Amino acid sequence: MDIFLLADEHLGLFNYWIVIVLMMSGFYVVIAQHNLLKKVVGLNIFQVSVFLFYISMGKVDGGSAPIFKDGVEVLSNPLPHVLILTAIVVGVAATALALALVVRIKHAFGTVEEDEIQAIEHDEEDIA
Amino acid sequence: MIDVPASDPWLILLVVVPLLAAPLCVLLRGPAGAWSVATAVSWGVLGIAVKLLGDVLERGTLRYRIGGWDAPWGIEYLLDPVGAFVVVIVAAIGAVVLPYAKSSVEKEVRSDRIYLFYAMVLLCLSGLLGIAVTGDAFNLFVFLEVSSLSSYVLISLGRDRRALTAAFRYLIMGTLGATFYIIGVGLMYQMTGTLNIQDLTTIIPAVADTRTVLAALAFLTVGISLKLALFPLHLWLPNAYTFAPSAVTVFLSATATKVSAYVLLRIFFTVFGQVDLFAHFPLQPVLMAMALAAMFLASLTAIWQQNVKRMLAYSSVAQIGYTVLGISLATEAGLSGAIIHLFNHALMKGAAFMAIGAVVYATGAVTLDRLAGMGKRMPFTMAAFVVAGLGLIGMPLTAGFISKWQLITAALESGYWPLAVLILLSSLLAVIYVWRVVEAAYLRPVPANEAWAATDRVPVGMQVPMWVLAGASVYFGTDASFTLELAHTAARALMGGY
Repeated sequence: MDIFLLADEHLGLFNYWIVIVLMMSGFYVVIAQHNLLKKVVGLNIFQVSVFLFYISMGKVDGGSAPIFKDGVEVLSNPLPHVLILTAIVVGVAATALALALVVRIKHAFGTVEEDEIQAIEHDEEDIA
Repeated sequence: MIDVPASDPWLILLVVVPLLAAPLCVLLRGPAGAWSVATAVSWGVLGIAVKLLGDVLERGTLRYRIGGWDAPWGIEYLLDPVGAFVVVIVAAIGAVVLPYAKSSVEKEVRSDRIYLFYAMVLLCLSGLLGIAVTGDAFNLFVFLEVSSLSSYVLISLGRDRRALTAAFRYLIMGTLGATFYIIGVGLMYQMTGTLNIQDLTTIIPAVADTRTVLAALAFLTVGISLKLALFPLHLWLPNAYTFAPSAVTVFLSATATKVSAYVLLRIFFTVFGQVDLFAHFPLQPVLMAMALAAMFLASLTAIWQQNVKRMLAYSSVAQIGYTVLGISLATEAGLSGAIIHLFNHALMKGAAFMAIGAVVYATGAVTLDRLAGMGKRMPFTMAAFVVAGLGLIGMPLTAGFISKWQLITAALESGYWPLAVLILLSSLLAVIYVWRVVEAAYLRPVPANEAWAATDRVPVGMQVPMWVLAGASVYFGTDASFTLELAHTAARALMGGY
């Protein structure tokens, strides 16, 4: 019995566990990867975890979509969902810009590996 | 019901005018047309900002309800003395930078991209102003991203290919910072059910001891500190300032970090205004330690730089330290010091970066060895640099002195006399890095190398803005009654809530 209660208590927060796992993996990828493209991917995973967080937050137990209809009493909170639409748009813009920069970096340096770029930059440091 | 406060449409115009002018620049295509639009708009915005500041001082907090929806549900814009001061700083720098940008940008940015440059400056301006006027925590995030995304683009427009990597690094760190900020806002929303900053102020105290709100505070502080470039989260800043086009460096160094500092003030003293933050959490020692580390380590790093733009960038990190030191005191005097330093530093650092931008324009020189003899070759420009440099040191009769005086007084008032000593000591480090430029420019002979000696004339359009800022830093250093009064009013408003 106890074990069921425990499972219920923690699985009830299932969404939030996923959020934390995604958030930390994304954050780790951004920090640990040396490939600029993979950094962008990591950044996306990190942002998506926040989207999930907001969406889970707005869900009300047993609540339906927030549309007024006969017989529907409990509604989910639409505000976090709407907010996250905005955040998704912002995230797409940031990703697009990041990818555009990666393309330009590839043209300028011939590589998208951070350590190789840093080696090239280090040599230039002495000149300028 | 509460009586419906009068709506002030100027608040929304402040944001909407530059926002709409940006696509206009893109449609016009021509560099001259785009520049004219951007300059006209920036002056118009400055006019609105000054009018709003006058109104705020006369009538108190101004409000505008977007779409006519009332506050906790609709997005509300409001402006109190702190916001108004920041709005004036941003608008004034915008209005001074755009005339300067014309020639500088023609030389540093590819001609087919110039119209995009001005569109981005306007978007950035609109985002920064939006942050200062909005009364909604999520709306603030949107403006944060509008200003950040456009500043990444602006930085990447630099001539050097390292501008691209600098922009990319800033993008990664900036996006992490902004995402931390929305995590914080989300956690607060979970506990309070509101995004309106004023509403948060009243609800937060009831839930302040929950772990969720503590986590929110941590996320907000770290996220904004990333945008603020508070040591040790400043790693994106030096390269971004070094390789961005000169006009961009001037604009960002004088506005972007200032606005982030404003957001930090809002979180600590408005959102958590009714909670005795500094008594409950070890926020004060942490902020103070970061601030001191910034003041000393960044200044020391600045001393070792060959590239003058990078030297000034590290100096910016150090000056952010002074601002945060003022915030960490959490007294009215400390906040006034932080707020007045935002303004004074914008003037001084703007002037210094403009002078170096003029040197880059005329000779292409940006490293210390190539600055040799520059005092003779470009006497006016270097004189402006020296005036700005004296301000960075904190010499009497410059604006920097007023900031440091205010900060030292605040530290003594709170009983932290070692802080006062440390402020003075760190100023000595500024003497060293400013002196290295002065030594190169005035005491070393003009190099014999012909290619290095070529000097283009600096156009009036660049000289005037440079001297306006340098002159303003002297003016507000000799007669600080107005700015000090304003900073005190702003600090009082912060301590007292909207």
